[in-house]
Amino acid sequence: MSDDKAVSRRWLMMTIGIVLNGAVALLIATPVVGYLLGPIRKKGGYDSWIDLGDTSQFPLGETRLASFINPGSMPWDGATRKAACWVRRTADQKFQVFAINCAHLGCPVRWFPQSELFMCPCHGGVYYADGSRAAGPPPRGLFTYDYKLQNGKLMIDAGQMPTLATSASVRKESSECTG
Amino acid sequence: MHWLKRTYDWLEFRLKLEGPIKDTVLHPVPKNTASWWYVFGSASFVLLLLQIVTGILLAIVYVPSAGEAWNSLQVLNQQLPLGWFLRAMHGWGSNFMVAVVLIHMAQVFLFGAYKFPRELTWILGVFLLLMTLGMAFTGQVMRFDQDAYWGLGIGASIVARVPLIGGPLVDLLLGGPIIAGPTLTRFFALHVFVIPGMMLAFAGLHIWMVVGLGINDWPMPGRIVRRSTYIQEYHELTHKDGIPFVPGAVWKDMIFSAAIMFAVALCAVFLGPFGPTGFPDPTIIQTVPKPDFYFWWIYTILSFLPENLETPFILIAPVIGIAFLLALPFFAGEGEKSWHRRPIAVLSITVLAVGFAVCQHLGAYTPWSPEMQAWSGDTVPVHYVQRATPLGRQGQIVFQEKQCRNCHMIGGVGGQRGPALDGVATRLTYDQLVRQVLQGGGNMPAYGKNLSPPEVTALVSFLETLHPDGQLPARDASQQFISTGELNPPPPAQ
Repeated sequence: MSDDKAVSRRWLMMTIGIVLNGAVALLIATPVVGYLLGPIRKKGGYDSWIDLGDTSQFPLGETRLASFINPGSMPWDGATRKAACWVRRTADQKFQVFAINCAHLGCPVRWFPQSELFMCPCHGGVYYADGSRAAGPPPRGLFTYDYKLQNGKLMIDAGQMPTLATSASVRKESSECTG
Repeated sequence: MHWLKRTYDWLEFRLKLEGPIKDTVLHPVPKNTASWWYVFGSASFVLLLLQIVTGILLAIVYVPSAGEAWNSLQVLNQQLPLGWFLRAMHGWGSNFMVAVVLIHMAQVFLFGAYKFPRELTWILGVFLLLMTLGMAFTGQVMRFDQDAYWGLGIGASIVARVPLIGGPLVDLLLGGPIIAGPTLTRFFALHVFVIPGMMLAFAGLHIWMVVGLGINDWPMPGRIVRRSTYIQEYHELTHKDGIPFVPGAVWKDMIFSAAIMFAVALCAVFLGPFGPTGFPDPTIIQTVPKPDFYFWWIYTILSFLPENLETPFILIAPVIGIAFLLALPFFAGEGEKSWHRRPIAVLSITVLAVGFAVCQHLGAYTPWSPEMQAWSGDTVPVHYVQRATPLGRQGQIVFQEKQCRNCHMIGGVGGQRGPALDGVATRLTYDQLVRQVLQGGGNMPAYGKNLSPPEVTALVSFLETLHPDGQLPARDASQQFISTGELNPPPPAQ
């Protein structure tokens, strides 16, 4: 047996080895990609109807802070399972439910009933009582949650931190003219 | 001592490390590179080792769970002996590491060390810088306090601006729909396994290449780098005018690293650990989130960008910046190394350093953030109250109660989002003040719907008095003619 031949056979065996390992790696790794991409869901895919409590706790003409437990939270989430929102009651059966997150970069906005403004502590975004943008860097008004009334309870369609890309309610809003 | 020698020989016979180590420590370096300017790289590596050691010690106690992380930090701070000190060392070590890595990079750039044949060393260095910043951000998340929580919110809001895939990216970043347990665990995996592992590998290669290619020669004006001749020239330089790395150059590295470690320890002892700040409960909205020191400049940029530039800038500027750094050794791989002959390089570093310093300085006191408590916490200066008419005093109440103070200083106290109002009457006439209050403009909301006419009258009556003694308030020059009727045509004769 010549040396050349022996070498080429060993090379062939090594190539088979590489191919085998590649195939096994691909077989194992492909599902792992699915594991890594697991959290991705389509817009609104995390949302469900959440009970904010009796409508009587939201007086007419006022804006109140409400909090709820995020659906689908993990047992080890601790306090971060909670979320807050601003509820404004404009008429007996009419509400506006705003996300706590500023539309600029997500900081928690605060309501000032005296001047009837929402102010953001981070970059100074300001919103009017109806959630529309008043001043500062936010590109749009406050994010709103869809709501419905059921047996005297206020329910909102929530579950995901609202951002410019993930807010389920954005598409339902008519595009505002920001003059 | 005979047994010592025998043990050494026994080990060396098996390890065979003597040769490579000797080559490394004795490799010749150009004499004038044994300089205090060449100590920042080794100091960065020593700081990396410090971070790894203190990080492991913290990981013994830290609980990477959204529900418990904050509590475990309290235990480290308050209950375990020297737990606070380890947290402080890790925190201050990270501050020093970011600073030293940046200085190292600026020095390498100014000394032309990224040129042939050290292009790849530079590129690995760029990645090491990015990973250092990545460690800084993920480290801030580990603290899992209010700043970390809302910092993640800011991260998610930035990622959401990516066109088309923004939504899925937010899900990936947070590990789910909201900032919660899965967010912390994935950042923990990044901070503790993924990035440090890559950093060690990259830093190892980086140093391997520094030793293999030789340390960058001291830049001399007129000594041009050419691909055809450089290796030969460098060889001559090191062998005719070189000294062994150990001890010729290494003693300065050692002294500087020791000084840096000492400085970290001093800061840790006297200034203590960072936070954690408030408990990460999203329903506690009385919080003013602020990023850690290393990201203040980004905080500044984000608040000063015009709205329509924001998304393009956030998404494109980092890509261009990183691409430029990676491409640098390829379009400037030859030529002058000396800063005496590279005015653009010196100018770039100067502009960047000044811009960075200004942004950091602004980020330290965030003049763009409203003072959320100013309206109820800061008083109207006494002399304004003493002089005020009854209507003016009503105006002062409006001024406080309607949160004007949150954005406007008077008497040096209050928010800085809008201009200070101490001399506003000299800048705006009565009519202009009314218009500004009602319609807002710029970064001010329109108060037209939020104030009653009497409130506006009272408020503007107060604002009218805000002018220095001896300086008259601004007035509309045409007003006096209208009021005296001077410009009116004479009444027709009867």
